[in-house]
Amino acid sequence: MIKAVMVMNTQGKTRLAKFYEYLSVEKQQELIRGVFAVLCSRAENVSNFIDAESIFGPDSCLVYKHFATLYFVFVFDSSENELAVLDLIQVFVETLDRCFKNVCELDIVFNYSKVHTILDEMIFGGQVVETSSSEIMKAVEEISKLEAASNAITLIPKSASGWRSR
Amino acid sequence: MGSQGGFYQSKEFLDLVKSIGEARSKAEEDRIVLNEIDTLKRRISEPDIPKRKMKEYIIRLVYIEMLGHDASFGYIHAVKMTHDDSLLVKRTGYLAVTLFLNEDHDLIILIVNTIQKDLKSDNYLVVCAALNAVCKLINEETIPAVLPQVVELLAHPKEAVRKKAVMALHRFYQKSPSSVSHLISNFRKRLSDNDPGVMGATLCPLFDLITQDVNSYKDLVISFVSILKQVAERRLSKAYDYHQMPAPFIQIKLLKILALLGSGDKQASENMYTVVGDIFRKCDSSSNIGNAVLYECICCVSSIYPNPKLLDSAADVISTFLKSDSHNLKYMGIDALGRLIKISPEIAEQHQLAVIDCLEDPDDTLKRKTFELLYKMTKSTNVDVIVDRMIDYMISINDNHYKTEIASRCVELAEQFAPSNQWFILTMNKVFEHAGDLVNIKVAHNLMRLIAEGFGEDDDNADSKLRSSAVESYLRILGEPNLPSVFLQVICWVLGEYGTADGMFSASDITGKLCDVAEAYSSDETVKAYAVTALMKIYAFEIAAGRKVDMLPECQSLMEELLASHSTDLQQRAYELQAVIGLDTHTVECIMPSDASCEDIEVDKDLSFLNGYIQEAIEKGAQPYIPESERSGVLNMGNFRNQDHHEPSHGLRFEAYELPKPAVQSRIPQAVPPSTEIVPVPEPMYPSEIYQTPTPSNPSNAGSTELKLRLDGVQKKWGRPTYTPETSTSTSTSQKTVNGAAQVEGASTVNSTRETYASRKPQVEISHEKQKLAASLFGGSSKPEKRPATGHKVSKASSHVVEKSHVPKSSKEVASEKTAPAQPPPDLLDLGEPTDTSTAPSLDPFTQLEGLLDTTQVASAANGATAASSSPDVMALYADTPIGIHNKDDTDLLSGLSNPSVTNVPGATAKPQITQSSGKGPNPKGSLEKDALVRQMGVNPSSQNPNLFKDLLG
Repeated sequence: MIKAVMVMNTQGKTRLAKFYEYLSVEKQQELIRGVFAVLCSRAENVSNFIDAESIFGPDSCLVYKHFATLYFVFVFDSSENELAVLDLIQVFVETLDRCFKNVCELDIVFNYSKVHTILDEMIFGGQVVETSSSEIMKAVEEISKLEAASNAITLIPKSASGWRSR
Repeated sequence: MGSQGGFYQSKEFLDLVKSIGEARSKAEEDRIVLNEIDTLKRRISEPDIPKRKMKEYIIRLVYIEMLGHDASFGYIHAVKMTHDDSLLVKRTGYLAVTLFLNEDHDLIILIVNTIQKDLKSDNYLVVCAALNAVCKLINEETIPAVLPQVVELLAHPKEAVRKKAVMALHRFYQKSPSSVSHLISNFRKRLSDNDPGVMGATLCPLFDLITQDVNSYKDLVISFVSILKQVAERRLSKAYDYHQMPAPFIQIKLLKILALLGSGDKQASENMYTVVGDIFRKCDSSSNIGNAVLYECICCVSSIYPNPKLLDSAADVISTFLKSDSHNLKYMGIDALGRLIKISPEIAEQHQLAVIDCLEDPDDTLKRKTFELLYKMTKSTNVDVIVDRMIDYMISINDNHYKTEIASRCVELAEQFAPSNQWFILTMNKVFEHAGDLVNIKVAHNLMRLIAEGFGEDDDNADSKLRSSAVESYLRILGEPNLPSVFLQVICWVLGEYGTADGMFSASDITGKLCDVAEAYSSDETVKAYAVTALMKIYAFEIAAGRKVDMLPECQSLMEELLASHSTDLQQRAYELQAVIGLDTHTVECIMPSDASCEDIEVDKDLSFLNGYIQEAIEKGAQPYIPESERSGVLNMGNFRNQDHHEPSHGLRFEAYELPKPAVQSRIPQAVPPSTEIVPVPEPMYPSEIYQTPTPSNPSNAGSTELKLRLDGVQKKWGRPTYTPETSTSTSTSQKTVNGAAQVEGASTVNSTRETYASRKPQVEISHEKQKLAASLFGGSSKPEKRPATGHKVSKASSHVVEKSHVPKSSKEVASEKTAPAQPPPDLLDLGEPTDTSTAPSLDPFTQLEGLLDTTQVASAANGATAASSSPDVMALYADTPIGIHNKDDTDLLSGLSNPSVTNVPGATAKPQITQSSGKGPNPKGSLEKDALVRQMGVNPSSQNPNLFKDLLG
């Protein structure tokens, strides 16, 4: 089961944090800080796996991937496969990229709830439900279309791609 | 243009994000957020807020809570939003409540009704949103409220809904298995769903169920195998392909399930052999996901009933993993090796050098994984090398959590496999020295006991040799600063008992050292107590030997200090020491016999030695003693000490807690507690020694003589199980030997048990040292090392060599990565890099926004072309510096964003994968639109770099 998904930039600013088991806000912050401290100390060209037991307690593993200014971090237990989670991160980022067309950090900051929607399509209650980027896209596009329809007041005209953040 | 919707938020939100990004300190950030909280508090409670505005406020609340601030004042508004009719608003509300609330929050009761209604909605998106909330917010008590609807949804026409309903049901199962136990058959049904996505999702709950109860699901083996076969044969739609692999995530889940089902079940396993073998053959080992599937195959093969052919395939895959340059694969290889050696231990041999390489690797994660592997394969033949390695590593790390783990593993291995006691003591010394405060105190007691008891063989000589070497090593170690308290206790005790025993050191040497310890660690009372008692022992032995005692001046001043100590324990010890010094030889011999720590102490619970005194008193007219049970009336403080301590007393109990049950059977049924006990003293040997005369011990217990040191097997001589803290603290245990010890067989027999292994192929290019290390680790050496000390040296030296030999390889690795990144993930990871540095970003339109990205960059942006050479980040791109060079193999979010003018630069290389990103390239029209939008939003370009947004938005 996936325990947490975090996205933070190289300065340690959280860009996204989702914990699949309830934790108090303080505890969340503590964990995020702990993760960032470990990530900072990692050299380049080493493995993407970290033994996270000292931060998240027993039976937890952490996989991260560094994209430009962002770290994507997944924390999970032994029922997942590390390499597969690495690819899950890849699917997530690919989907973000399809969604935002060359995604960058700002997209994630400003489209906070959109990113959550994508993540919810992939991971549901801590379990991976969908791993096909195109399927996720389909679902997310449908959501946004219907949302747009249900929300007649639009501030900006529909863009060519029909993609709107909410 | 994809992200332009992002600027749909109001300028206020934009400003907030921006100013937080610009904040230079945490304090500043906090101030900004607190301001925001004030604003929101005011605004959010205004009447008649338009929905759209409200939605934005909620998003802002979520944002500030993500930054670690309390947004609880707005929770109720989020709850209100979930009641809204508009899908957009409702979804935002659900998002907020799932992030804000936990299942036991008071507000949940307000949501359950809404969820119930929404689960019945015609709009499947509403249903999905509600299901999402169900997962997070429904607790055991509220499950029945939504359960019927969720079960109904399992048959919903939309596959997205079915999938989520399955997951919700799974979640219920996790939270309260009993409430959904009658519905578990639904998971089996969903396994045959038409939609592969739903089927794949069903595997999650099934995996959990099978983990808990394998036997009820054996009938599904055939189904799982056939599903796996179909997946592997690409019968699923192309949409589930990932990097040319057919539905790899489903394959992985299925393999995990098969591993559980086939574990120890020959019949079930036989059904799986073909399909697993097929996957081994078909799997593409060049992609990351392909390797993930292969790894899962290995896990499966090592879990099910062994099949030689599959084990061979697994071994082949492991060797490709280990030979790979990727650290991830090496890590997986080491992990897989650890699984496989349980079944076929000989496989480790062929990979010994690869394992040693991993041990030398700078990557900490890989190193730890390798130590885990070594831990699993420790035998008595390689324990010395492995433990030495572990200790070296333990010294080098700072992480206390892991240090503790490694230290306890060292102790565990040393206790199990120690080739000799001397080695054990040396090893323990190292562990204590470097991680003393992290190891269990029991380990220290075990060590003291070992030194006192010796080998359990009848050889006094070997024992005293062992002790002298311990004393010698401790005197040396005492020179080091800041020793851990536990270790100092051991040292003091050993010095007190055996410091002067062999005559190598004089009493003044030892007492001097002990005084130093008491002085240097004056804040640690336990250590001081140990030191004082040790001093007393030394002086007592001196007196008993008929020598004159000269107290060193520092010792005298220490005594004076302790006599006035606030700690009653220390004071007591000091007084006793003073008293002992004044006694004559014979008395001292009786109360402090030399080397008697292992002897039985018989407690005269009847205090029979006082009989004469009592007789005399009674004759003089004193009242005879009446046991408390026979007395009536109130307890009198004066005689509470004489109460029978086994008698259940009414009212308050004044006597001390019961002492640990002495192993020596008390002869007299009605025992009087040792009322002379003053304070519970942490020091092991001392209190009882003072007051009771030890009886001569029965020499050579039958049990202990049998404890011969053997090199093979898992003989646990002084391991934890035999340990009880009481025995070591009160020395009154019965089955201890006195100095019985025999020949140290350890070192001499090491070689004989070693098997030489001829199968090892000659590896010419491998250095001799490395081979030696490998041999000592993997047990295949024709050249055995004799003592741990040499083993240590060898490993040191070899590590050096290995490092050297590794260098050319790693540089090559780097080079190859630079030229052709092996498995580049799609689009995002474009390394097509702008190399044009001449286009200086002269003017920045939105300097404010820079803060968002990197505060430090604000300064550097001012420097024009030199900007952003420091780190790869968003701004770096705008400066058009070739960031890609810094992080070549990084998948670069931004590199694909390079603006059109830059990509034309000659030399800008694009990777093959760029085809996948076709159509996503820079789009000037889009960026203009986005730019216009931004202006419309009111973010005014205040300064320089008109390219900023163009770049950003592609």
